[in-house]
Amino acid sequence: MSEKYRLNKNLAQMLKGGVIMDVTTAEEAKIAEEAGAVAVMALEKVPADIRKDGGIARMSDPKMIKKIVATVSIPVMAKVRIGHFVEAQILESLKIDYIDESEVLTPADEAFHIDKRKFEIPFVCGATNLGEALRRIGEGAAMIRTKGEAGTGNVVEAVRHMRKINSQINNLTTLGSEELMTAAKEMQAPFELVEYIAEHGKLPVVNFAAGGIATPADAALMMQLGCDGVFVGSGIFRSGNPAKRAAAIVRATTHYQDPQIIAEVSEDLGKAMSGIDINGLTDAEKMADRGW
Amino acid sequence: MGLQMLKKWLIGAGKMKVKVGVLALQGGVTEHLNHLNQIENVQVAPVKKPEQLNDCNGLIIPGGESTTMRKLIKHYNFTEAIKAFDQQQKVIWGSCAGLILLAAEIEGENNEQLALLNIKVKRNAFGSQLDSFIDKAVIPKVSDSVQELVFIRAPLITEVGQDIDILYQKEGQIAAVENKNIIATAFHPELTKSTIFHQYFVEKVKSLSN
Repeated sequence: MSEKYRLNKNLAQMLKGGVIMDVTTAEEAKIAEEAGAVAVMALEKVPADIRKDGGIARMSDPKMIKKIVATVSIPVMAKVRIGHFVEAQILESLKIDYIDESEVLTPADEAFHIDKRKFEIPFVCGATNLGEALRRIGEGAAMIRTKGEAGTGNVVEAVRHMRKINSQINNLTTLGSEELMTAAKEMQAPFELVEYIAEHGKLPVVNFAAGGIATPADAALMMQLGCDGVFVGSGIFRSGNPAKRAAAIVRATTHYQDPQIIAEVSEDLGKAMSGIDINGLTDAEKMADRGW
Repeated sequence: MGLQMLKKWLIGAGKMKVKVGVLALQGGVTEHLNHLNQIENVQVAPVKKPEQLNDCNGLIIPGGESTTMRKLIKHYNFTEAIKAFDQQQKVIWGSCAGLILLAAEIEGENNEQLALLNIKVKRNAFGSQLDSFIDKAVIPKVSDSVQELVFIRAPLITEVGQDIDILYQKEGQIAAVENKNIIATAFHPELTKSTIFHQYFVEKVKSLSN
C-alpha cells in the first residue's frame, strides 16, 4: 500500500462520527461549518434539484469550489462524474481534500470508473453491495459510502445497501478459505480484498451512509446499522431551518445510541425536505443504479 | 490519606488498573481505544458524557475535526469538566485536533477553547490533504526506537510558554510538547502500529494517579 493511500484512508478515519454536508455556496458552507460539519461537499445543485431540473449534471464551477475552500477551515470535497478522470484532474489541481466519484452526477463513462490509484488525492465512491464496494476499493477508493437514493429524502435505499453490505461481510467470515475464490467470482470483487474481509470481518476503509438522510433519526439509524458517519445532501439546505437541522443531525450522529438526546434534538426543526417516493421513479431516474 | 497512598502504590506496582477515557464525540476514537487495549493494566472507556470523567485517571482527546469537537464539547458541558480534570492534575493527551482544542491560542481565530496548554498553534499548517505526510524520527524522551509520525492536515505549534517542554521539533517546527500533566502531538501515534506513545502516556497517568 502506498504511503499516500494510507494517509488518504487515515483522513477518512478522522471524519468518523461526523456529518459531511452538501453545500452549493460559500454561505451554505459557513452555515455547515458553524453547525459542526466535519467536511463539506461542494456542488452546483443538491440532488433534489438535479432531479427537478433534469439535464446533464457535471462537476461544479472551479471558481465556486475555490470560494468554498477559502471560506471554511474544514475539509472540502467535490463531485466528479463516474469515469470522468479529467474532472478529477481538475479538482486535484484545485487542491481540495477529497473527490466523490458520484452517481448523483450524470455518468461520463458507461463501462469504467476512474483509475483512482493514478491520483494523489483521495476518492470516496458509492456502493450498493459488497462486490461494488470492493471493486471501488480495488480501483483505489480510500472511503466508501452507501449510495442510497440521493435527493429523495427517503432513507430506505441507504438502509438496504448498508444491510446488504453487512450481511455479505458476515457471510464471508463464515466461509472456508477454499470457498473464497468462488465468492470473489460471484461478487465480481478482487480476491485479495475478499480474503481481507473474510479475515477481518470489516471493510479496509471507512464506510459512511449517504442518500436520503433527512432527519436526526435517519442519521442515528444509519450509525446504529454500523456506518462510520453520514453524508447529508438535500436534507439540510432543502429543509425549513437548515442551520438548526444541521446542528441537530450532528448531535444525533454523535449520540446515536441515546434516544433521549435524539428526541431532544428532533424538536422544532421545522419542515423536513418533502421527499419523493422511490417507487414512483423510473429506472432512468434511479441514481443508485449508475456505476459498474 | 493512608488509603490514597496504598492506591498510588498499587498503581505504581502495576497491581491496579488505571482507567483512561477517550473523548468520543467525533473522530479517531476506536484507534486510540485499540492501542490502549494492548497495554496491560489499563481499563478504557469511550467518553460521551462529562460525568464519565469522574472515575477516569487519564483522558485522550483524539484526532478529528476540531471545529466539530469544539461545538460538541461546549454544547454537552465538557468545558468545565475537562478543566476540572486538569485542575486535579489528571493526565490529558490531545492528538492533532485534540492539540488544537487544548491550546491557549489559535492563529487567526478567537473561538472559545479549553485553553489548558500554554502554546500557540496554527491549524492546517502544511496545507490540504495533498500535503499530508509521514515522517520517521526518534523522540528521545518517549523511546529510543524510531517512530512513524503521521501528519494529516496537521497543525503546528508556533509558540510555547515557559512551562512547556518540547518533545519533538524539526527545523524549528514544533510538533509535540508536554507539561506536568498534559501531552500534545500534532501527529497521530494511534494511526501507526506502535503503542510506544500510548505507553508513555499511560506511564504519565500512573505517575500522577493518587
